[in-house]
Amino acid sequence: MCLAVPGKVLEITERDGTRMAHVDFGGVTKEVCLEYVPDLQVGEYTIVHVGFALQRLDEQSARETLELFRQMGDLDAEFGDQWGRAAEQSGLPLPNGVPGGLS
Amino acid sequence: MKYLDEFQDPALARRLLDDIDATVTRPWAMMEVCGGQTHSIIRHGLDQLLPDGIELIHGPGCPVCVTPLELIDKALEIASRPGVIFCSFGDMLRVPGSDRDLFRVKSEGGDVRVVYSPLDALDLARRNPDRQVVFFGIGFETTAPPNAMTVYQARRLGITNFSLLVSHVRVPPAIEAIMTSPSCRVQAFLAAGHVCTVMGVGEYPALAQRFGVPIVVTGFEPLDILEGIRRTVHQLEEGRHEVDNAYRRAVTDDGNPVAIRMLEDVFEVVDRTWRGIGMIPQSGWRLSERYREYDAEERFHVGDIHTAESSVCRSGEVLQGLIKPHECAAFGKECTPRNPLGATMVSSEGACAAYYLYRRMQPPAPRIADAGSREVSSVG
Repeated sequence: MCLAVPGKVLEITERDGTRMAHVDFGGVTKEVCLEYVPDLQVGEYTIVHVGFALQRLDEQSARETLELFRQMGDLDAEFGDQWGRAAEQSGLPLPNGVPGGLS
Repeated sequence: MKYLDEFQDPALARRLLDDIDATVTRPWAMMEVCGGQTHSIIRHGLDQLLPDGIELIHGPGCPVCVTPLELIDKALEIASRPGVIFCSFGDMLRVPGSDRDLFRVKSEGGDVRVVYSPLDALDLARRNPDRQVVFFGIGFETTAPPNAMTVYQARRLGITNFSLLVSHVRVPPAIEAIMTSPSCRVQAFLAAGHVCTVMGVGEYPALAQRFGVPIVVTGFEPLDILEGIRRTVHQLEEGRHEVDNAYRRAVTDDGNPVAIRMLEDVFEVVDRTWRGIGMIPQSGWRLSERYREYDAEERFHVGDIHTAESSVCRSGEVLQGLIKPHECAAFGKECTPRNPLGATMVSSEGACAAYYLYRRMQPPAPRIADAGSREVSSVG
């Protein structure tokens, strides 16, 4: 029910004074009401629920989120607990006197 | 599909899980509110990838499941009447009423139709002016705006043979009810992303503050859910309880102001009974005075309804996060998707259906060791 899926606006139309659009969901096209996001434009992505666009999908935010995920762990690899990682890989206890550790 | 597949990447999921692993120092219990999230979690096995001690408590965010039995029985009564076309989302067809369901009503000759959108029901009303078309308007804040717009359009276009059987519910009062329950174990919430797509995040800071719980707005794909959990764990470990938005591509702080204005025009807030849970003050909507003539309950004077709930079904406890589905003795035995005792076994957002479909957990054995059937096993 709360399933809402991103789709791309293909064409904007009007029906009975209501702003509608054809929206593509990865090959399936549906007619969608745009009254709640009236400034949506052809080519933009929108979050659609039961035939209604509820919000413009913020593509920049989507890219930034993915980029953040991609970078996650990179800093840890650079600055993180090197002894701990080596110990985990080797299955050996941490040598005495080294800083950090995973435990 | 674009903006779905990218958020299912296993390699990126590993990075999020590693960060969660590295952050957790003790057990935490958090509730995902929405049944759509529950399904994603169980389907992808996300709960099994988390460090020991991180528990996901499944919340009551399944609109089909919490629709009160009395209203289901009213729907069945109205749908059985000659001259009525009764429209519903497909999820509702097999939800058990006191003695039958919409599927049965259809088999018995009732005109029950499944629609994708409430606007499809309005179209049916226009094309069948000699029939009464009723739409079963259930759902949370996500689904309420489409239904509100449909009633608004009915009035604007002068379509009078359309009405709405309303069972809309709101998330924030449910969070309050959960947190004030004496048996509450919830320490944080993953808030339902698409509810916030409509409503924004403005209702949550007061709840986070009052109950001392982090509330993280969370999406539905595996990476979205792991990121919601990751941010929640960071807050819990640092002793913070703030509202955070981990689903920015679909949720802005203010939500959708056009939709919120429509909700305020077409609906008014009322107390509502949640199936399996009970009455939660101010937790639902009904049509406002201006639109009351489109209320199916007013239009069809449904007589006295005598409800009869299954005596073995424990869906109320499942909906409150008090037990997991497989802890109910009927799970997978008397109660299956083929023969559901409760709505949680039917809906695509019901926790019992998720466990049955993806995990097929056997009911736990008694605590006293009972050789042979002691283990909760997963074969799904």
